[in-house]
Amino acid sequence: MADDLSKLTITQTRSLLRSGKISAVELTRACLDRIAKVEAQIHAFITVTADEALRQAAAADKRLSSGHAPPLCGIPIGIKDVYCTAGVRTTCASKILANFVPPYDATSVARLRAQGAVFVGKANMDEFAMGSSTENSAFGPTMNPHDLGRVAGGSSGGSAAAVAAHECLASLGTDTGGSIREPASFCGVIGIKPTYSRVSRYGVIAYASSLDQVGPFARSVRDAATVLAAVAGVDPMDSTCSARPVPDYEAALTGDVKGLRIGIPKEFFVKGMEPDVESSIRAAIKQYESLGARAIDIALPHTEYAVGAYYLIATAEASANLARYDGIRFGPRAEASTLAELYSQTRAQGFGAEVKRRIMLGTFALSAGYYDAYYVKAQKVRTLIRRDFDQAFTKCDLILTPTVPSTAFRLGEKVNHPLQMYLSDIFTISVNLAGLPGLVVPCGYDSLNLPIGLQLIGTAFGEASILRAGDAYERSGAISLRDAVV
Amino acid sequence: MSTDETYEPVIGLEVHVHLLTRSKLFCGCANSFGAEPNNNLCPICAAMPGVLPVFNREVLEIAVRTGLAAHCEIALRSVFARKSYFYPDLPKGYQISQYEAPLCVGGYIDLPINGKTAKRVRLVRIHIEEDAGKNIHAADGSLVDLNRSGVPLLEVVGEPDIRSAEEAGAYLRELRDILCYIGASDGKMEEGSFRCDANVSVRRRGEEHFGVRTEIKNLNSFRNVEKAIAYETRRQIEKTSSGQRVLQETLLWDPDKEATRPMRSKEFANDYRYFPEPDLPPLIVEPELIERVKRAMPELPAERRARYIDQFALSPYEAEVLTSDKELSECFESVLKSGAPDLSSPPPSAKLAANFLITEALRQVRAANRPINDVFNATDIRGLLSLVEGKKISLNAAKTVLPELVLGQSSRGNPHLAQQPGGARFDAEQVVRRFGQVSDEAAIAAACDRVISAEPAKVAEYRAGRNQMFGFFVGLVMKAMGGKANPQVINEVLRKKLAAD
Repeated sequence: MADDLSKLTITQTRSLLRSGKISAVELTRACLDRIAKVEAQIHAFITVTADEALRQAAAADKRLSSGHAPPLCGIPIGIKDVYCTAGVRTTCASKILANFVPPYDATSVARLRAQGAVFVGKANMDEFAMGSSTENSAFGPTMNPHDLGRVAGGSSGGSAAAVAAHECLASLGTDTGGSIREPASFCGVIGIKPTYSRVSRYGVIAYASSLDQVGPFARSVRDAATVLAAVAGVDPMDSTCSARPVPDYEAALTGDVKGLRIGIPKEFFVKGMEPDVESSIRAAIKQYESLGARAIDIALPHTEYAVGAYYLIATAEASANLARYDGIRFGPRAEASTLAELYSQTRAQGFGAEVKRRIMLGTFALSAGYYDAYYVKAQKVRTLIRRDFDQAFTKCDLILTPTVPSTAFRLGEKVNHPLQMYLSDIFTISVNLAGLPGLVVPCGYDSLNLPIGLQLIGTAFGEASILRAGDAYERSGAISLRDAVV
Repeated sequence: MSTDETYEPVIGLEVHVHLLTRSKLFCGCANSFGAEPNNNLCPICAAMPGVLPVFNREVLEIAVRTGLAAHCEIALRSVFARKSYFYPDLPKGYQISQYEAPLCVGGYIDLPINGKTAKRVRLVRIHIEEDAGKNIHAADGSLVDLNRSGVPLLEVVGEPDIRSAEEAGAYLRELRDILCYIGASDGKMEEGSFRCDANVSVRRRGEEHFGVRTEIKNLNSFRNVEKAIAYETRRQIEKTSSGQRVLQETLLWDPDKEATRPMRSKEFANDYRYFPEPDLPPLIVEPELIERVKRAMPELPAERRARYIDQFALSPYEAEVLTSDKELSECFESVLKSGAPDLSSPPPSAKLAANFLITEALRQVRAANRPINDVFNATDIRGLLSLVEGKKISLNAAKTVLPELVLGQSSRGNPHLAQQPGGARFDAEQVVRRFGQVSDEAAIAAACDRVISAEPAKVAEYRAGRNQMFGFFVGLVMKAMGGKANPQVINEVLRKKLAAD
């Protein structure tokens, strides 16, 4: 029974919790048992907070019995270790924050906490969210629950794997260039990156401020909608956070896609894409047509420049965002005889190779004499990409693409080929540059039983529309989710 | 100050001004001076991971008021930028400033010299930025105090329009006065709330191109700014005229040695890598705000100076001294206006009040080293000067009484302060009793007669043409009257009596 509880969706659990058929403590224990059983193989978490989770669950049970419990009360949730959690170590998967215990909650964490959610642990990730495989974690990689020899994707690999391996019912990740959507696709779960500014970034340790966005992983589109609704909305602590009211996402899930115009960008069906991926996506398009939607060919002509522009803008912002890790106020400090040495040694010892690579890239892009050629030009490309989408959305209501050209690759396969690794995000990055929402829904498995995800891209603040389309696809029963191998 | 006939200095000043806000620029911490180290501190201004800046709207109105007072154009949309460099007192590793799109563009400050607008110094820009913390170097290591981290600053960047150390001083004083008048700053250079860096170069007079400039830092008083610029001007002229080259470098002013010295290259070699701050949206100014700030603009130093000359017939010098300190000029106006004059004396004339404040009161204020409001009660000074104006006491008597009116001393045993609820107040009756001036012509005439009959020889001498002896007789009469006679009356009566026969 315990194992079965951890496999339920939030929606299924909610009625059981409310009717008193199960308790939050039982549900939490089921997840903690599952964690104890699979973590040695999956390594989805950097820190597991079992005691705290049981305390939260007990408190949630009290609220549930009072009859006035919010939707996520008593639901076990994993939190990417990029979110500050009051009193719980927050490492960003970096040695430089290995012992950092924030005195504050990120806004999203505080909102989940206010609903009575249960936090089972801090999920593994690429260091400072820089990577596409979670192999850049200072605490070791996360394994794909569908094939332990393969990566879970990244940077939110731990959050995706934890949900796929039933270690929690949902989780929070962050997405700067695909860090929710790529691991969702690799692990066969639902992941949504909302519109930039839809969810507060306060307390989320910054990688690239103009691109970072908070979003959930879940095992159903409805669950993802529930978690997103809990965290979205204006926050006085984040000046870039939108004041637009948050629509009722669950109410938007009508299952009706009749007449929906789905744009299919030709630039996203590239040479070198795995045939199983392409055929799954084509099948999903057919499925939508059978549900009454229309597929429309569209063009996003500047797509090929997205990866280049992203690696200039994101790294430029990162080079400044990561300057605060200097060994002065928190974190380890290297022995040094001069101030310059203190900085260079602390940072040399504290950061991993990929983080250093991106800091150097960004520092270069902002340097006197190069700023116009790199940073400014990248911003111009960003504008062009935004216009591509504006143009496309005059013809369609949402855009359907593959999420990644491949399924999960082998551990170690790309660690020494950063450029190949960067291309894992080729289909997701332009969405961040344009600030749009993107939802990933599993749409099949390849011949190796590895998950494939489709990506639905919406207009700005069009989360309800892509969630409705994703839910309609899910309900149509086109595929059924397969269990993890562990 | 020596001026060179061949060369002239070209000076541009950058001034950093701490704004008088309740809280810091991007967080809710108190913006106050003098707290225990690291007491005004939160995760945001300590740059903990994950925190974000939130712009303090209180700063905007003050910044707009400053821009309007300096005749700047206010940008309806300005942009914050990150300025990156590593230093322990800069917790984020970058300072949030404004770079390509500042809030205030252009503008100027007119310098008053002898009451006339002698010089206009144009401004490049005024922008908003945050201050850094402070490194404290102790024998056994260095400490960081982040109380100042995130305190709101305005940086006022001037064009290189200044041509002498004195003009630099006048510019700084006028800017400081404006900022104090509009409530933007307390203008305290010694506390670091008003800081100045000077860019100095020299060129042959008549030349249009600028010479190689140096930047002088660590100028922490008005005197030091003038001294450092004068020193640096001399140094550059000596170099240039002897055929050597001035190096473009950053210099530190050493106030003990009264000399500039180069900073070590590590202290400033930076590529700041400015780029727009992605954590803050552009700063939008509603035109209504500008209109509202314009309407509520208080009287500025230049306007007040002109009014003093016009309304009170003060000399340009008097107007300048009085208006150079907002509180002094407010005290001046209170002396002219406040309360009912004591003992039905007329209120003091503006001229009398101006002179008395500039000479006598300011001496006490400087000695006390406190703002004038803390040293004197304007009503006390008004009462005292009313007695002078009404010829009840002499000006000299008023000067004698003034030090006893300094606030904060016990009124016990002080004959001029009557114990009153709400603090000590000037007691006119006591002053008149002690210094009361005799203007009674009959009494003075009697004293004159006594002196004249007692000194027949001297009188004869005077009458023979030794006019300079007049003062001698005045002295005798004054002595005979116990020093309380009205000197003007003595003069009149005595002159008549000595001229008689």
